[in-house]
Amino acid sequence: METRRVPRAVSDPKVRQVGFFAPGAPPDRSQSGPPHPASSSPPVSEISPSGNSLSPVMIPPPRHLSADLARGPHFSPAAPLSPMRAARDSIPVGSYNPSEFVAPTASEFTDDALSPNWTARRSNSGKFASSLPAGGFDMSSLKQNNFPASSLTTVSIVNMPPGITEKDGGAGVEVQKERSKTGSKASLKPLKEQTTKAERRAIQEAQRAAKAATKGDGSKTPAASSGLGSSANANPGKAAKASPQKKDNSPVAASEKRGSDRPQDKDRKKDVPHPRMQFDDKSRVEKAKKRSVVKQTEAKNRVELFRHLPQYEHGTRLPELESKLFQLDPVHPAVYKVGLRYLAGDISGGNARCIAMLQAFQESIKDYSTPPEKALIRDLTSKINSYVSFLIECRPLSISMGNAIRFLKSKIAKLSLALSESEAKAILLSDIDRFINEKIILADKVIVRHAVTKIRDGDVLLTYGSSSAVELLLIHAHELGKNFRVVVVDSRPKLEGKLLLRRLVGKGISCTYTHINAVSYIMHEVTRVFLGASSVLSNGTVYSRVGTACVAMVAHQFRVPVLICCEAYKFHERVQLDSICSNELGDPDMIAKVPGRKEIDSLDDWANSDNLQLLNLIYDATPSDYVSMIITDYDTSH
Amino acid sequence: MPDMQGLVNELIDKLKKRRVKGSLETPLQTAELLRSVISVQKLPPTNKAAALINAVRDVGEKLIAANPVELSVGNVIRRVLHIIREEDLSPSSDEAGDNEEEITWLRDNTAPYVAEIIRPPLLHMLHTFSSAEEKSKSYIFGRSRKLKHDVIEAINMLIEDVNICYELIAEQAVEHIHHNETILTLGWSRTVLEFLLAAKDKKRSFHVFVAEGAPRCHGHALAQELVGRGLKTTVIADASVFAMISRVNMVIVGVHAVMANGGVIAPVGMDMVALAAQKFAVPVVVVAGIHKLRPLYPENPEVSLNDMRSPSELLELGKFSDCMDFGSVDGAPLVHVANPVFDYVPPELVSLVITDIGGHKPSYIYRLIADYYSSQDYVRYGRDALFKL
Repeated sequence: METRRVPRAVSDPKVRQVGFFAPGAPPDRSQSGPPHPASSSPPVSEISPSGNSLSPVMIPPPRHLSADLARGPHFSPAAPLSPMRAARDSIPVGSYNPSEFVAPTASEFTDDALSPNWTARRSNSGKFASSLPAGGFDMSSLKQNNFPASSLTTVSIVNMPPGITEKDGGAGVEVQKERSKTGSKASLKPLKEQTTKAERRAIQEAQRAAKAATKGDGSKTPAASSGLGSSANANPGKAAKASPQKKDNSPVAASEKRGSDRPQDKDRKKDVPHPRMQFDDKSRVEKAKKRSVVKQTEAKNRVELFRHLPQYEHGTRLPELESKLFQLDPVHPAVYKVGLRYLAGDISGGNARCIAMLQAFQESIKDYSTPPEKALIRDLTSKINSYVSFLIECRPLSISMGNAIRFLKSKIAKLSLALSESEAKAILLSDIDRFINEKIILADKVIVRHAVTKIRDGDVLLTYGSSSAVELLLIHAHELGKNFRVVVVDSRPKLEGKLLLRRLVGKGISCTYTHINAVSYIMHEVTRVFLGASSVLSNGTVYSRVGTACVAMVAHQFRVPVLICCEAYKFHERVQLDSICSNELGDPDMIAKVPGRKEIDSLDDWANSDNLQLLNLIYDATPSDYVSMIITDYDTSH
Repeated sequence: MPDMQGLVNELIDKLKKRRVKGSLETPLQTAELLRSVISVQKLPPTNKAAALINAVRDVGEKLIAANPVELSVGNVIRRVLHIIREEDLSPSSDEAGDNEEEITWLRDNTAPYVAEIIRPPLLHMLHTFSSAEEKSKSYIFGRSRKLKHDVIEAINMLIEDVNICYELIAEQAVEHIHHNETILTLGWSRTVLEFLLAAKDKKRSFHVFVAEGAPRCHGHALAQELVGRGLKTTVIADASVFAMISRVNMVIVGVHAVMANGGVIAPVGMDMVALAAQKFAVPVVVVAGIHKLRPLYPENPEVSLNDMRSPSELLELGKFSDCMDFGSVDGAPLVHVANPVFDYVPPELVSLVITDIGGHKPSYIYRLIADYYSSQDYVRYGRDALFKL
């Protein structure tokens, strides 16, 4: 999470070295084995909690780390937050970790989750990441993949039955920590990665083997695999055997990722369209169309640059879907309802969409019964997959939703086979509840507690669009009696800021409202900028409502600190440099229509002229240079 | 003169009510008004130029006060003043070489009448009393007719310049726009429209992104015009500017005024666009007629050279009127709405200014200003510094 140039200059060479290193690594592995277990295995038990309380984003200065170790998972807001300036200067050495070991994690997940499509994406993106410098976010992927397996608040996770993954995560943490300590020793670091990767591969193999071997005997499986896992931990040399072929593949995969994901997909089920399907790929689009529940007509006058993103005629889908409400067998009514509301735009905002989706899944799980001669784990996963594909048809998933789905699937996959159906359902329901409460609701509260310390009397706070976390923060600060003013910056076509303005004014907060064009005008008086985010990617890019980048850029120009409030579950290991490769397209009609201004009608018949296109982007990517601080539910990072 | 006064008041009224808008109408109307002011102005026998200058200034101050942010009014007035000074001086400069001789010759009183006829106006005051009254009177009459005539001619040329500046600027389009380029623009500008169309007419095919320029959304109109002429156009929301700028080759924008330091007063949102362009090293090209050159340096331009428009463009007053009225503890309204019209873009962010006389670096603008204005009309100190803005 670097905000300024200096750190980047430091980390660049490292990154280069890693990308270069991967293919040539195997020969060194035997040498690399010994030092690693010595450093990693003893403190495992301590490390897991640290992984628990650490922000996945930051590789904080050692001070933080030790502080976090001492504290519980969700520690108090009184955490020693270094002032922004100081933090900018202090360079988190390890934060530009090559995400080498993301790839194994991802593919491991693949095998666990039995989710063909997510899988493809995971491994794909993992491979992708391996060729690129990923920021310090590797841990987030670890967390997302492995961590939710245990209860979030427990500290002594290592002892829990699904211990492998914990240890796995712990090892990851350890390596990362190691690296942040010894970050400068570039020669050591890659070796360690190799070992971790190897370990992980071993664990994965072990898991697979264990799962296959002990069908129906749930209690043995975790024990066995955890034993294997720990042995792998201790004996990377042995584990290394498992990995070579895959490792040799990975650079190839990285270099031509789209080509390589096909063969991987082939042997898997293809229920769900690829979440990051490239919609300029005609044959795949055709296939997806045949499967789709929602009848979709491609919009006319597409913007050439965005052919790879889906865009459909807006008005046609909703009535069509509504009429099918009682005919659709495969989709649970609760999910159907949520899908419709996504489509209609009733629910927007990362958190709201995520919660709605999870609650719909809860409903569907409640009503679920395993069909005869089918295993709950497999059948429920495929059910969820079909729901997800339906939701994607309604509106592309947000990254936070993707993470939540991944969480749920891993939960399902990890259900013990010994459990009865009702027990399994109860476990899943409570897991989802806990995810909603801890990862979203509680996370927001923690963020608010952190962030409110950044508000001083007399501040003028600028916010853009309508972020739920920022709204909570402003209201909380107002309730604390802080004396501040809020500038709500809004943009066409969504004008979500109006609703936020309405709510803030209702609470008695003094507000200034303006459009994004006037942000340079208003920035003179602003002292802090608080922004929400849809996701924070592993290269530090903040992926958020379109316009966030502009606001952050102008704030940066005016030397106003930019604070991003983002829950940790929204972090993602993907990397992205611009806003074009991956984005979502909104309804182009929204651009043409200017509500309340009848005189502006020149674009009303835009669809009829071939040369005219309207582009309604939903997200944009803010470079990390513009971000002073990211406030997560774990800690703040700079 | 009551007729003249009526005309002046009419334009003042229009400016105050913002009925005259745009960088074409305003300078034209101002120049035409000044032309008629000059044509009906009765000139005293002596110091005719000063009389004209004072007359123009009187009207000019009122016009400027009527709409201080319509900068082209002030620019045209200063141009006219400059014209008067130039015209006043030009005959003298033609005959400057002769002056010394004349004076000595006159003092010899050898041929006073001949000298009288070719006497330059600057020397007039020295000699009116020493020479024959009748002759000088007839000469003065002729000279005043000539001065007025020249000034009016020059103002006509100025009007002509304003009218054809679009063509002159557009002629340069081919030098800047090439095949397969992607160009971004913001809001509506006739100069930009003509510029792009000129390139299109030269068979260049390129793509235009138009940021709509909320809340007035004039970009829609521009997009429609471009599409009507067969250009590939994409309308984007202003917020998407940062997302799209990485794929743009050039930002071409029209502006409200170009300041003496090379900074520009542009439609709101331009600062954001220019910053984004700078981030991605995309050149920002400003197209502006020479009459938009403002001979002053900006002082706090965001406030002093800005115009705030009605909040109703941003918020429906019906929905939010209660919030605006009900006060917090001290009775102040809770909601403020900022709806500025202009942005100031500093010269660092501008790559090129294209005027009717060619393209210039922003740092060269001060030099152009010296060509088109007299320093007496914009220097803020001294006897002549009458303009408040």
